[in-house]
Amino acid sequence: MTEQTTPVPERAVPIWVQIIVWILLSGLLVLVALGLKNAQNPIIRVGSEVPDFNLTLFEGYTYEGSPVVSLSALHGKVVVLNFWASWCKPCEQEAAELEEVWRSYAEVDAEVVFLGVAWTDTPANSLEYLQKFEVTYPNGPDLGSRISAVFNRNLGVPETYLIDKEGILRAVKIGPFASNAEIKSFINPLLSE
Amino acid sequence: MKRYPLISLLVLILALGITGTVLAQDVRPTDDEVNAIAKQLYCPVCENTPLDVCPTEACREWREQIRAMLAEGKSEEEIKQFFVEYYGARVLSEPPRQGFNWVIYIVPPLVILAGAGILFMGLRKWVTPDDPGHDRGAKEAPGTADEENEYLARIEKELLGKD
Repeated sequence: MTEQTTPVPERAVPIWVQIIVWILLSGLLVLVALGLKNAQNPIIRVGSEVPDFNLTLFEGYTYEGSPVVSLSALHGKVVVLNFWASWCKPCEQEAAELEEVWRSYAEVDAEVVFLGVAWTDTPANSLEYLQKFEVTYPNGPDLGSRISAVFNRNLGVPETYLIDKEGILRAVKIGPFASNAEIKSFINPLLSE
Repeated sequence: MKRYPLISLLVLILALGITGTVLAQDVRPTDDEVNAIAKQLYCPVCENTPLDVCPTEACREWREQIRAMLAEGKSEEEIKQFFVEYYGARVLSEPPRQGFNWVIYIVPPLVILAGAGILFMGLRKWVTPDDPGHDRGAKEAPGTADEENEYLARIEKELLGKD
């Protein structure tokens, strides 16, 4: 007599469980990939349009009488958007220069607006810093880090973003400006367009 | 005292007032009180460093901000809310349970549950093998084994008969 063996059916995982597991795994992979992509690539690059944002100004600062300034309201003007912090020593190097250049443009009523954004700074220290360097151009905190999020900044301060009259990001300066001439060299070509 | 009751009362009130002011000025939150909140927040510039142990100047200023707010009588929740509004939810050590953040609270337990389920199924399969010929005797109804033997005997007989 020969021994007979009957094939034993494998108890498989139900198909619906397999589908759910694969969907969940795929979803997780997509999330991780998107997160990595966002972390590595800025949302906007030089040459692309800057999304609108609002800057709530510090007490004592206004822009055309308003305590809040939005980028969209500055259409037709060159915008110099400077990120700084009171604890940042390199920021101090350029603070006086920025104010000086701002005043020189304001005197001739040039189509340029300087905006200062205090990044990860405490309100009291920010105001102390602004008083110390007698900064008069509109300044405000980066509430909720929302403006930083627009530029996906994670590098530090100081950083300056040059936005042209059409709202296009045209240049980025990482680190402090070395001189008034350097600041103007960024702005003047955009003013003459 | 009897002669000048009003003056005495005034002096007493003034003295209490001055003492109260001095006491209020002396109430400076301790480092422990500050750090109890700081450890729930993260450094804004150096990633993955809790605020209570962060050595940067920015963090030192943030801790002073916490101290100042505690001195003003602000509660822990109010202080954390201020930091979220001012710097964003990324400063919290535990992201708020809202919107997309739910993913990080839901997915890990689900994955652990799924893993436990798979492990349980695997162990059960290991303990009770599927092979029906091995261990089914105890579970079968009485008489089934006899019927099977009888069936096999008949097949054997038929096969022998053919030879």
